[in-house]
Amino acid sequence: MEDFIALVIAKYNYWLYVILMMIGFYAMIGKKNLIKKLIGMNIFQTAIILMFVSVGVKKGGAIPILDKHEVLVNGIEAARIVNPLPHVLMLTAIVVSVSITGVALAIILRIYRKYGTLEEDEIMEKLDQ
Amino acid sequence: MIYQSSIWPLMAVLVSLCGAIPILASSRKPNLRESWTLLIAAAKVIIVASLLPTVLNGGGFVFTIAEVIPNVPIQLRVDAMGMFFALVASILWFFTSVYSIGYMRALDEHDQTRYFASFAVAISATIGVAFSANLLTLYLFYEVLSLSTYPLVTHHQDAEAKTSGRKYLTYILGTSIGFALPAMLLTYQLAGTLDFTQGGILAGSGASPATLGLILVLFLFGFAKAGLMPFHGWLPAAMVAPTPVSSFLHGVAVVKVGVFSILRVIFHIFGPDLLLDVHLGAVITTLASITILVASLIALTQDNLKRRLAYSTIGQLSYMILGAGMLSAAGMTGGLLHIAMHAFGKITLFFCAGAIFVASGKKYISQMDGLGKRMPITYLAFFFGSLSIIGMPPFGGFISKWSLATGAVESGQLILLLVLLVSSMLNALYFFPIVYRGFFLPAAEGELEGVKEAPLFCLIPLSITAFCSLGLFFWPTIFLQLAKMAVSP
Amino acid sequence: MTTSNLHMYVMAAPLICALFVNLLGRRSRRYIAPLTLGALLFSSVTACSVLTNALQNGRLSYTVGNWTPPYGIELIIDPLSALMLLLISVVALLATCAALPSVQREQAGKEHLFFTLYLILIAGLMGLVMTGDAFNLYVLLEITSITTYGLIAMGKGRAVLSSFNYIIMGSIGACFYLLGVGYIYILTGTLNMADIATRLPLVQGDAAVATAFAFLIVGLFIKMAFFPLHGWLPHAYGDAPMGASVMIAPLMTKVTVYLMIRVMFSIFSPQYEFLLHPGIQNLVIWAASIGIVCASLQALAQRDIKRMLTYIIIAEVGYMVGGIWLANDQGMTGAILHIVNDALMTLCLFLAAATIFYRIGSLHFDDLKGLYQRMPLTMAAFTVGAFSMIGVPPTAGFFSKWYLILGGIEAGHWEYVAALIFSSLINAVLFFRLIEIAYFGDVDHAHGHAPTLQPAAPAPWYMQGSLLVTAAALIIVGLGSGQLVQGVIKLALPTGF
Repeated sequence: MEDFIALVIAKYNYWLYVILMMIGFYAMIGKKNLIKKLIGMNIFQTAIILMFVSVGVKKGGAIPILDKHEVLVNGIEAARIVNPLPHVLMLTAIVVSVSITGVALAIILRIYRKYGTLEEDEIMEKLDQ
Repeated sequence: MIYQSSIWPLMAVLVSLCGAIPILASSRKPNLRESWTLLIAAAKVIIVASLLPTVLNGGGFVFTIAEVIPNVPIQLRVDAMGMFFALVASILWFFTSVYSIGYMRALDEHDQTRYFASFAVAISATIGVAFSANLLTLYLFYEVLSLSTYPLVTHHQDAEAKTSGRKYLTYILGTSIGFALPAMLLTYQLAGTLDFTQGGILAGSGASPATLGLILVLFLFGFAKAGLMPFHGWLPAAMVAPTPVSSFLHGVAVVKVGVFSILRVIFHIFGPDLLLDVHLGAVITTLASITILVASLIALTQDNLKRRLAYSTIGQLSYMILGAGMLSAAGMTGGLLHIAMHAFGKITLFFCAGAIFVASGKKYISQMDGLGKRMPITYLAFFFGSLSIIGMPPFGGFISKWSLATGAVESGQLILLLVLLVSSMLNALYFFPIVYRGFFLPAAEGELEGVKEAPLFCLIPLSITAFCSLGLFFWPTIFLQLAKMAVSP
Repeated sequence: MTTSNLHMYVMAAPLICALFVNLLGRRSRRYIAPLTLGALLFSSVTACSVLTNALQNGRLSYTVGNWTPPYGIELIIDPLSALMLLLISVVALLATCAALPSVQREQAGKEHLFFTLYLILIAGLMGLVMTGDAFNLYVLLEITSITTYGLIAMGKGRAVLSSFNYIIMGSIGACFYLLGVGYIYILTGTLNMADIATRLPLVQGDAAVATAFAFLIVGLFIKMAFFPLHGWLPHAYGDAPMGASVMIAPLMTKVTVYLMIRVMFSIFSPQYEFLLHPGIQNLVIWAASIGIVCASLQALAQRDIKRMLTYIIIAEVGYMVGGIWLANDQGMTGAILHIVNDALMTLCLFLAAATIFYRIGSLHFDDLKGLYQRMPLTMAAFTVGAFSMIGVPPTAGFFSKWYLILGGIEAGHWEYVAALIFSSLINAVLFFRLIEIAYFGDVDHAHGHAPTLQPAAPAPWYMQGSLLVTAAALIIVGLGSGQLVQGVIKLALPTGF
């Protein structure tokens, strides 16, 4: 038990993402309201983005912007510079997630115009009639 | 045996397949369309016959269409056994074409173009089965035949045709996909090839007798066109088709394609020696004997003439399988020979049934009293045909049955001799009353006013096939020789 | 490895044309058809030469923006991806012939929007089969998904709702995949597939690798509608506008199956999946078999051609996934051959459905009576497609099924063999039920004379033309499957087979 708590504390950031992810996942699957589903999806994606970003963290790392002359003289000390790749990847992922949210919102708008509600069970009722 | 590469086997298949196109194109002009049909039928007989001399001299032809699976091309090959079947089918197709024209015109049937086109595709598939060099090619043409006959069976497009068509496809397609396909795959898995080889390809595969037995049973039932019980139900149902279809397809082509496929499997996939080794001949003969006896008994109870003929066909088909299952030279020859003898006999009977329907509109035996006096030629032909089926000398059927009986004695299975005897007696019992009623019972009052013989287009083919049955007793040489070559080259 | 950029143009053509379709199509819809068809024709021709090139030279690579791998993104062409590229181009080209008239009728005024999405989707699919980068694959996956969401939402009836459901399910799938990529990145520090493959065996920590693998595969399973994660597909594809489903249905699932092959054999290795985790292998094959049976049975309950076809697509996904997880040469060959064949036969059936829909405005079984008389050519092509689905030789469907069943026998997975044969039988019932309705017409009507129906506006010639070409292709590919397997697929098999 002690080990487990130690493990949780040592890697608390990952545990937070897992919890966030589960919240998002629950909302996507369990909620009846379409907007809530969409919010759940955003939470889910944000959790993954946070995970990637925290992978790139280095204690005391400098921003990865290099001075050409300094590099030519001293070389690169990779250990002191934050890995930029995860951040760059996540920029793309954010773009993807925003586009999906945009499309989803547009579709939700059309659903609302068509059925006058965003509750899934109410829509189903209307469909059955 | 040396096979020379030649395009003629392909031509034999294609002539009628491509012939469907001008038939479809000339749908507005019946005379032109029928000329095409006859022209194609004649061309087919000539092409097949032109291949005959080489085969009789111990040669053969081969043509590869496409390499589709490693070691299994789509390939045509003309050997004695294939030649035997192709010859029967193409000759009888010619007569059927003539007969069809008379029958369809006399009844003023609808959609005749579709009818003749489907027929042309069906005969192509039949010749394709005959000339298949391996099991895959055979399966391919077997399926094409099943599908192309569907529009023929359901020609009338009414509720009854719909039900029968459904039954037809369920049996034929269901068994071929459900049984024959897995059996073929298992064979390929074991042998690595599907080529028809003298002596079989499964002999050296080291499969256990249980596996071999499973494959054999899957094949026997998988080729349900052979009508082995309990997968025979489609044949009586398919009798809703116009009579030329019943006579040619369900008297000759379709059903014999089933038998031919089973014979190919026994001769060239398993090989008689392997079957003898693992004692699987008994499986075949038992299934066949049961079918022979039960089908003959059911035939006795049928009042609809075509249905009685259908059950008779089911019984006769199992003669051929029985002969092959004896695994003795004489039995196998007899089985193969019976394909031809029965074909000529049964097609005559069906032609007669059709002629009776065209002339008088009668379908039921109980209504046919006294009809023989009005249609003497038809009834005489019917008599000839039934004698041949029963196996009386001097008709062709006697020769094959004699060979079968010899085979039974040769293989020491006297019980099979008994089956043959009982069944022949039953055959006589269900055929003679029809002839008797026709000639000797008085017609019902005013029933048969104005009934006369069917049109010449119907009458001539049925007379010719009737005399062929007779002639085959005296001159069976070509078929006998081909059958003997197929069994022991 | 040779450097070549020809395959880049295959993808670039529809992408650039998407822009022009939007800009010029806004002015007049006259521009749409030549632009779309021109781009796809160019892609098809170029893809052809890419394939011949790949068959001669093996692997070709193009580095985007001249960033050398493993840092930059690589577009890789090997025989398998070249084959997929050609398949996508040709299927898209043929589908467009049917999409143009049906979109013109269903989405009047919005054609330029529709075809913008449509072309981006095609470009995305092409990118998916070429990319050599695990993260880039995620991005392209989402590009194809977003465009698909949009296209589906343009349908009538409950299409918007189906589209939203698809968004939720699709996003879960994509997020799972992204998580998997995250794990892989943490473990190996690289995203280039080839680079991952060399580093992964050296990585310590079995559980982490297994988790990564599970996330990647389950994410793709959701995207490809593998049983039991298939719930979204029938609605999404069934409610989509005809013009969209005619292209999405043949390509989407097949491309995702291809991606699974990539993940399993380009990132991981056959040794990893099949030797270390035989239990998983059995599980997947059982799921595939049960999926095939269930989807076939559900197809049986449908009374609408399009709905029925969507369930068949799910069954076919089971065929391919099962074949790949059989882990032998025959199964793998069968699965890849089936990707090609299934794309073509699904296309054939959907094209036929689109043509019928264009003509009579319905796909419900009750409205199909007497169709053989009204549309003989269309129905003939439909029949060929149906035979291929059933697996009647010499149509293409028979030969891939042959390899798949053989693979099942060889691997001793009899449940898979039984499922395949069962599904063939069900397909026979499914299609002959339809053929019967279309062939018989009104049975209660007088003997043998189907009622003469009013002739409606016939489908344009290019719609029927593409249908007939596809039907002919089914037979030609079937007869040529020997060459296809020997000449292309044997070269395209992942290493280890």
